[in-house]
Amino acid sequence: MNTIIETRNLTVEYKAQSRGQPKKRALKGLNLKVHQGEVFGFLGPNGAGKTTTMNVLLGFVNPTAGDAFLFEVNVREPIARQRIGYLPELTYYYKFLTAEELLRFYAKVFRIPRAEADRRIDALLKLVELEHARKRPIKTYSKGMQQRVGLAQALINNPDLLILDEPTSGLDPLGRMKVREIIQRLKNEGRTVLFSSHELGEVETVCDRVAIINEGELKVEGSVSALVEQHNTNLEQVFLKIVGYQPQEAA
Amino acid sequence: MNIVFAIAGVVIKELYRRKDFYVLFVMTAVITLAMGSVRFFNDPKIALYLKDLCLLLIWISALVIAIATTARQIPAEREARTIFPLLAKPVTRWQVILGKFLGCWAACGIALVVFYLFFGLVSASREQAWHATIFLQGMWLQWSMLAIVIALCLLGSVVFAAPSSNATICFVIVGGILVLGRHLHKLAMQQPEPLGSIVTTIYFLIPHLEWFDVKDFIVYNNDSLRFADCALASLYAGFYTTFLLVATWIVFRRKPLNT
Repeated sequence: MNTIIETRNLTVEYKAQSRGQPKKRALKGLNLKVHQGEVFGFLGPNGAGKTTTMNVLLGFVNPTAGDAFLFEVNVREPIARQRIGYLPELTYYYKFLTAEELLRFYAKVFRIPRAEADRRIDALLKLVELEHARKRPIKTYSKGMQQRVGLAQALINNPDLLILDEPTSGLDPLGRMKVREIIQRLKNEGRTVLFSSHELGEVETVCDRVAIINEGELKVEGSVSALVEQHNTNLEQVFLKIVGYQPQEAA
Repeated sequence: MNIVFAIAGVVIKELYRRKDFYVLFVMTAVITLAMGSVRFFNDPKIALYLKDLCLLLIWISALVIAIATTARQIPAEREARTIFPLLAKPVTRWQVILGKFLGCWAACGIALVVFYLFFGLVSASREQAWHATIFLQGMWLQWSMLAIVIALCLLGSVVFAAPSSNATICFVIVGGILVLGRHLHKLAMQQPEPLGSIVTTIYFLIPHLEWFDVKDFIVYNNDSLRFADCALASLYAGFYTTFLLVATWIVFRRKPLNT
């Protein structure tokens, strides 16, 4: 099975906020592999290093040590990002553009020919149910609509790998269901999805495999069913146990 | 270059969907027309004063548009987090810098064409003559000068987080060069060492934006400039612009961007 994402001994250190303080190690030698066609859940409490890992994969942050690869191309090369789609946690786009203009802009970035771009824009706006608002500036959209336009831009290049950072945060139940349907559809088409989420029920429903990281270290990696079976409980309890959560005794 | 042009296109769209340009154009037009409608002591040179004033307003407006538009580009991308979906695509930081520069420069070019058309109309209505060559040369030189200003402001925008502080610093530097640039070497000769040498070094290092100011030629002379001089000035602007853009890229390429 082809490896789509690979990190080798990935370490990221951030500069100290003030003099005298030690550097902050956000990732400590992370080794991770995501295979083709998997829906891979990337879990961890806040500050665990999930976003830092994604930032390295997307080229926003350079690793202090180790390497990361997308499609076996080092993420330091911009071409590594040719076949990926990315949906940030908080979606903000050029608010003075309409959804159609925004998608056309990203299509130009991917050098998609005009006729093909037109076809994809129509199909994507239909998929995310924004056809009626395609000519309206994004600044007039609700949060859910902005999230959906974000999803559309992540799919404009027909990506083989989709990186979703908290894709359902801020969405209503219908919006969440829609995102799940899209992930399922991408999976059926043989595409790979990496997504981080705090909605563990959702992860359990959608993901084939998960990795749980804490304090920059990989704690566990495996298939959802195997983890649930091994610990004889649901994914949420597995997660809490692995990150060392101690419930307070009721007074 | 597709990516660079796509990024530049977004910058231009932003400019004409914001109000800055329209406000400055209307302000320039209203002041010039109001001044033009008044007869000051039946002075026959009133047309010259009017042209002088109109050109001064064009210079100020163009600088405001250039600096205000450029100063917010990178910080606004970071603040609004639009930089992340953009850089998550196969886009290099150099392409972002170049796209932003081209967009701001083209936007200023469009604004200059509108301003100079208006200036031409005002001038022709008063003097019953078109001095197209010197108008075009003046516009070209001003646009070349704006390339340096935009590149300088872009460098400031990757160094300073706040667009307001960047814009203020750029206004001070550009205003300082335009007003004092040509006098620095005279000032240097009056200073004791090592201050004299420092001022002389600054004189030779700074881009002399005042060399692009041919307002007096347009207003009082009407003779066109030698094309060789225009070409040399363009090369001079090209050199400084390239230097500043490369410096901007060097600073920006290693900057961590945390979501």
